Amino acid sequence: MPFYVSPEQIMKDKADYARKGIARGRSVVVLQYDGGILFVADNPSRALHKISEIYDRIAYAAVGKYNEFETLRLAGVRYADVNGYQYDRGDVTARGLANAYAQTLGTIFTDSSKPYEVELVVAEAGEDADSDQIYRLTFDGSVRDEHGYVAMGGQVEAVEQALKDRFEEGLSLSAALRAAVQSLEAQEADRRLEAKALEVAVLDRSREHRLFRRLPAPRIEELLAEES
Amino acid sequence: MNPGTSSFTEFLGSYAPDLLPGRRMSNLAGGTPGNVEIPHATTIVAVTFPGGVVMAGDRRATAGNMIAQRDVEKVFRADEFSAVAIAGTAGIGMEIVRLFQVEIEHYEKMEGRTLSLEGKANRLATMIRGNLGMAMQGLVAVPLFAGYDTDRGVGRIFSYDPAGGRYEEQDFHSIGSGSVFARGALKKLWRPDLDASDAALVCVQALYDAADDDSATGGPDLIRRIYPVVATVTGDGYRRLAEEEIADLAQTVVDGRHDSPGGPTAPLR
Repeated sequence: MPFYVSPEQIMKDKADYARKGIARGRSVVVLQYDGGILFVADNPSRALHKISEIYDRIAYAAVGKYNEFETLRLAGVRYADVNGYQYDRGDVTARGLANAYAQTLGTIFTDSSKPYEVELVVAEAGEDADSDQIYRLTFDGSVRDEHGYVAMGGQVEAVEQALKDRFEEGLSLSAALRAAVQSLEAQEADRRLEAKALEVAVLDRSREHRLFRRLPAPRIEELLAEES
Repeated sequence: MNPGTSSFTEFLGSYAPDLLPGRRMSNLAGGTPGNVEIPHATTIVAVTFPGGVVMAGDRRATAGNMIAQRDVEKVFRADEFSAVAIAGTAGIGMEIVRLFQVEIEHYEKMEGRTLSLEGKANRLATMIRGNLGMAMQGLVAVPLFAGYDTDRGVGRIFSYDPAGGRYEEQDFHSIGSGSVFARGALKKLWRPDLDASDAALVCVQALYDAADDDSATGGPDLIRRIYPVVATVTGDGYRRLAEEEIADLAQTVVDGRHDSPGGPTAPLR
């Protein structure tokens, strides 16, 4: 039986569907600190990552459906490695990667009946905090250039508000991590996050070659225990 | 199900095959080799010591009887725990090294774990085999691969032939046009209890001997301050020795040769 649904309605339904999917998951926050960019995810899994390395100075964080953001991550690594090999390592940028993701997500949102239920951040550590780049991409392919901090995932308003209250420029790593964890705890009133329930990684400007580094649980505990 | 490959080379082969080193110059294949002088390299040495391995290479590139460049780099960081160096046609060798660096890093990012040292050595063998067509045309490049085996806690050395044969070497090894001379020196100087800095000194001595008898290998250039590239790989990772450290080693070797041009002597009995 043929029936008519207006394009506006189709797009709205898809967007609602994707938003609901994303809101079911747990949150991820990304914020700048004095030595680079910090990524913190409410993620008890040691093996299934929400935060990953893409290239020398570029990292990736995602929320939503695992298989979908994992597919995007692999595509991003391929994009970066092919470009770095073909031109030069310095020619691989977060902006280029964000554009590629925007194209892909936009096409999937418009053309396929089921949109991707994902939201991602692509961040690149520059020479200093001013040249850091943080791009946030949503399921429909829209891109936003963020400064300072980003929150995404479930209960995002509460997490974002908590992060806004705590974030300031030039935080130390331990202060930034505490702010991130407290913000993630704002997802639920009585939620307390242990080091083991966190996935934490940094783009550390002081490193050579590849800036991305995961922080193991003991190191997370140590940083959380440091006096502010 | 097609989750795709974790190998960068295989991905590139299907996505953009003309970017692979073997195929990039494949339009050269089939013709008769002309009189083009393509830069060649080298003497490369590698020496194991308890807890790691040292790799070193001279800096000269030659095109026929001409010195094409005096400060070429032939020893490279492959990843955190390995080093790779090349001998043979410079253009092809450097391309293979670049691809190899991406290959192992790509695997690590895709899979979320690093390849074993053995796995890296095998990948390199496959890549050399991919260049066999060019090698038959005379554009031969062979690598020397050395790394720290994090499972066993030792330094290991792998050599290759142009057909992609992979051979694990014991204690020390050398490749390139001056390797016959370097290997003689390594044989006399290597001991099982070397420390990292003595192992580096053994490398510089061996390179000096190679440069002494092979015109395609450059000795330490004290006038221009161009010294061999020396890198160590240990449990702490890859480290290229700072210029002052290598300058000291080179000066020690050259000073010693003033009195005995043949270098250190081994006991006769």
